[in-house]
Amino acid sequence: MDKEYAVVMKGITKRFPGVLANDHVDLFVEKGEIHAIVGENGAGKTTLMNQLYGLLHPDEGEIYIFGKKVHFKGPREAIEHGIGMVHQHFMLVDNLTVAENVVLGSETKRGFLFDLNEARKVVKELSEKYGLFVDVDAKIEDIPVGMQQRVEIIKTLYRGAEILILDEPTAVLTPQETEELFEILRKLKKSGKTIIFISHKLNEVMEISDNVTVMRLGKVTGRLRTSETNPREIARLMVGRDVVLRVEKESKEPGDVVFEVRDLWVKDNRGLDAVKGVSLKVRKGEIVGIAGVAGNGQTELVEAITGLRKVERGKIIFDGVDVTGFSPRELRDMGMAHIPEDRLKHGLIVEYPAYYNLILGKHHRFPFSENNFLNKKFILKNARDLFEEFDIRPRKPEMLGGNFSGGNQQKIVVARELSHEPKFMVVSQPTRGLDVGAIEFIHKTILKMRARNVGILLISMELEEIFSLSDRILVMYEGEIMGETRPEETTFEKVGLMMAGHRLEEVER
Amino acid sequence: MRFIEALFDIFTNPQFYKITLTASTPLIFASLGGVFSETTGVVNIALEGIMLMGAFFSVVFTQITGSPWLGVFLAIPIGMGMAWLHAWASIKWCGNQIVSGAALILIAQGVTGFLMEPIFGQPGQTDYVGKIAEIKIPGLYRIPFLGQAIGQINPLVIVAFASVFATWFLLYKTTLGLRMRAVGENPEAADTLGINVYGIRYFGVIMSGVMASLGGSFLSVGEVGNFRELMTGGRGFIALAAMILGNWNPIGAMWASLLFGVSEAMANQLQSSPILHVPATTKPLFNMFPFIVTLVVVAGLIGKTRPPAADGIPYEKSE
Amino acid sequence: MRPDSRIWSFIVPIAAVILALMIASIVILLIGKNPIVAYGALIKGAFGGRQAIADTIIKTTPLILTGLAVGFGFRAGVFNIGAEGQMIMGALIATVVGINLGGVPPVIAIPVTMLIGMLAGAGWAAIAGYLKAKTGAHEVVSTIMLNWIATYLSSYMVTEPLAVGSGTPKSPEIAESAKLPPLLTIGATEMTSGIIIAIVAAIIMYIILEKTTTGYEVKAAGFNPYAAEYGGISISKNITMSMAISGALAGLAGALEVMGVHHRFLGTLSGGKGFDGISVALIGQNHPIGIMFAAFLMASLRTGSNEMQFVGVPKHIIMIVQGIVIFLVAADRIVRTILIRKKKVGS
Repeated sequence: MDKEYAVVMKGITKRFPGVLANDHVDLFVEKGEIHAIVGENGAGKTTLMNQLYGLLHPDEGEIYIFGKKVHFKGPREAIEHGIGMVHQHFMLVDNLTVAENVVLGSETKRGFLFDLNEARKVVKELSEKYGLFVDVDAKIEDIPVGMQQRVEIIKTLYRGAEILILDEPTAVLTPQETEELFEILRKLKKSGKTIIFISHKLNEVMEISDNVTVMRLGKVTGRLRTSETNPREIARLMVGRDVVLRVEKESKEPGDVVFEVRDLWVKDNRGLDAVKGVSLKVRKGEIVGIAGVAGNGQTELVEAITGLRKVERGKIIFDGVDVTGFSPRELRDMGMAHIPEDRLKHGLIVEYPAYYNLILGKHHRFPFSENNFLNKKFILKNARDLFEEFDIRPRKPEMLGGNFSGGNQQKIVVARELSHEPKFMVVSQPTRGLDVGAIEFIHKTILKMRARNVGILLISMELEEIFSLSDRILVMYEGEIMGETRPEETTFEKVGLMMAGHRLEEVER
Repeated sequence: MRFIEALFDIFTNPQFYKITLTASTPLIFASLGGVFSETTGVVNIALEGIMLMGAFFSVVFTQITGSPWLGVFLAIPIGMGMAWLHAWASIKWCGNQIVSGAALILIAQGVTGFLMEPIFGQPGQTDYVGKIAEIKIPGLYRIPFLGQAIGQINPLVIVAFASVFATWFLLYKTTLGLRMRAVGENPEAADTLGINVYGIRYFGVIMSGVMASLGGSFLSVGEVGNFRELMTGGRGFIALAAMILGNWNPIGAMWASLLFGVSEAMANQLQSSPILHVPATTKPLFNMFPFIVTLVVVAGLIGKTRPPAADGIPYEKSE
Repeated sequence: MRPDSRIWSFIVPIAAVILALMIASIVILLIGKNPIVAYGALIKGAFGGRQAIADTIIKTTPLILTGLAVGFGFRAGVFNIGAEGQMIMGALIATVVGINLGGVPPVIAIPVTMLIGMLAGAGWAAIAGYLKAKTGAHEVVSTIMLNWIATYLSSYMVTEPLAVGSGTPKSPEIAESAKLPPLLTIGATEMTSGIIIAIVAAIIMYIILEKTTTGYEVKAAGFNPYAAEYGGISISKNITMSMAISGALAGLAGALEVMGVHHRFLGTLSGGKGFDGISVALIGQNHPIGIMFAAFLMASLRTGSNEMQFVGVPKHIIMIVQGIVIFLVAADRIVRTILIRKKKVGS
């Protein structure tokens, strides 16, 4: 025990109503190392780090920073002790500039006046010192995600952080940006910083970390030296059983074109072009995957296709019919289903019981509705049948949508959409925030639809998912398609380059 | 044709400009109040009620102390108290901010009406208790036209315009202002940087109480010298529209308030225009004018202005 | 222990009313009067004798309807503070029509007048609903503006075009055939059959909300407009329609006041009944049955407050009580916390 520890957390226990988030967790982080904390969604990683940062207080246990016992009442104290945190969802104020965001809370002052020029100067210096390129005068809402992340890192360095906590930092980055981030992390490590890296992406953990702590259901299930382990071992500790890292996909000849988009132009909420002349085709029994980092027009594309957003130019053709400008109801009646990317915001009505959620979209049709009156009997029977078919738990259709677990909520949405017997499905980020069991189920369901000759358009930020499910892969960047390829004919690296703005022709050279 | 003549007559009459300023002043105060509160993320529709309390209690305290200035000054804590109630319900108890605001308006109307008889011995309206004297601005007073328009005005009008700039300075040039804007946009981010979100929101709401109280005081002790039940007449809501129109910016709110002040002055002047000879019974139709203007403006400009992102959403720590 | 939300939605408003009355009694003490005497007068004024009860029931009718109006709006996700203006417009247009229905038999005159009143209220509210749907204009500001416009418009109408007699501005009486037949006549007060119509309206609202597809869509749009839109429910159509239905109920309240109580449009017609609708909806937790009880409660407070005047307590105290109740319902966690603490201390 002659190593110097930057962070020691002993016996940390944290309870929330109904769940034991951290169960006597021990964490040992050496000074100057890059330490990865791995686990599935809900394993307790973020909760643990929030306690280290002072946002939450442990119910039991102790925390030592550089050997000194600490008890943080809030982030201010954690910051004073040299801890900085970059959250999964960035903590940036959209309508303020980069410089203002960095110094917020510890502002550069002249008396009681805010000294903006000094702030700009300081941020520029930090940016140059650590190689973190940012535009100090730009508003956060105008800069790309990669730069936003660099702003978050500069925030921690401005406050003198010696220990940096990064929560799922690569979720919003392309493979190239991820490499750039890793370079930055190595540089920071060289200048003596300690880095704690939360992730569920095993290949990245293997690449960048020195040590790994694995968590599952609130407990630590393993402490490993990265050089002495491998992804399979880590995955087993994460999930508790042997994991199939990829689903089996049978080969299949796709049928006729069931859905087509021609030269589509769509604007975003601010009136700027988000989709710029996109064209694509989906055939029956085929899965077309659109890869791309969030914010490149996928959301607007999906909204235009599903009738929720106006099409400025171009055509949408479904089953041979020009459906440009059709309403969501008309599209659904024609056989289009949609699994939205945000199930709580767009998919479910949490205040409605499951049986009402399961008829949303055809609630106005026979047999659920007759002469404007609801037919409770049919509605309940429909719910019972779907609960069985999709194994939704608990078997209580009268329970409110908001009380089901994330995986079961997604099952309800999927069950509802598939019960429309669609010819074409748009599926957005279907497994976000789900545990391995639910992910497996959703993937199997999507492949089952493919076997039934349904055309599927899949939008996902997880390259693993895109590669394992898609027959064809399209990459979207800044509203345009950079290229089309097949999983067996390309690599993560090439797709990553396209995600960062290079066209297929460039990448193939 | 006569209408154009009447309009010309109005625009060349310095009274029109004076009335515009006096009509705008309570709106400026109240809309600044709205800016304070909503910049930090708390919707405060109770401005109408706080104005009413300010109007009433400045008359009460003027009666007691004999000085209208003291009346205005002492009414401010009452306005702060009302605002504190709203802040308490909205921030600590994460209540529905609009309903809480509506409740406070009712309470204000009830309290001011209730206390009429016990304190003043008669319902409906009080006797004259005294008002803030107008002051002559040296130099300006002598200039023709301009002197009649703004050379002699109620000092509270000057206070109102000064408050606009003070508010602007606070919000955009000080660290407190930066934090206020951050809290209204992304309270969670501010929290992670150790900023006291709850404290800043309390500050914003209570300041809105100060401003609204001043606006109400102007209506009673600044303009007419007495109190009449429900004398705020919807101005608190027009002030909210001014805040929205002004894009939650103090200077924008000022211009918007002036616009509404113009519409009120216009209605007033058209009614008494010697050229148009409008019958007295059509008075209510002219009274409608500012409200119609507000309605049109509110309908036309939403979507083009941008409220603070966390406006109206209670902040709860994830603990 | 997780409290059952159904029971809470019952207990919270009742507790809020009791708390409000307790706080109001402190206010009464402050002006040197005895709260017990005051509340005694209140009860006497509301329930003491057949006349009083008739008065209370007469006042309940418009409150049920404005309560239903605001409550329906809340369920649909809109805050309709404009019930006041919609009621005025309903009354005004019903009067104009009612005056001219001289030779028409009551079987036609009565439903027609009621319908016109409802349409007037619906139209007035739909303006705000349409603005919200198309431009996102917040319905609180727009409906309040419409309230004031309605107030001044009707004030003008009864001082100029429709004026009759002297004294308080009022319109001519409506035709006999358009008057609602009374249910009972007690002394000089006719208790109109309007109460029956109000109760029927409450039942219809319940059926619409719980049993029909329209109700499913309205509630869905109120709970989660994004998901509802994904489910094919047109949000802009729903907002406008919900405001229109809400306005129709308020308009009906106005029409019934004219047809059943005053038989003409009085300059002081509304007297805050639109705002009372907000209290009624909140206390009644937006449920038709709750609204009926809450309306009765508010009506009793109003009738009783006249009696309170006689013992020296200005009737504005009722506004204060109302305001406190709404305040506590808005911040209902306050009430829940107090009740949970009392439970813990008691056990």
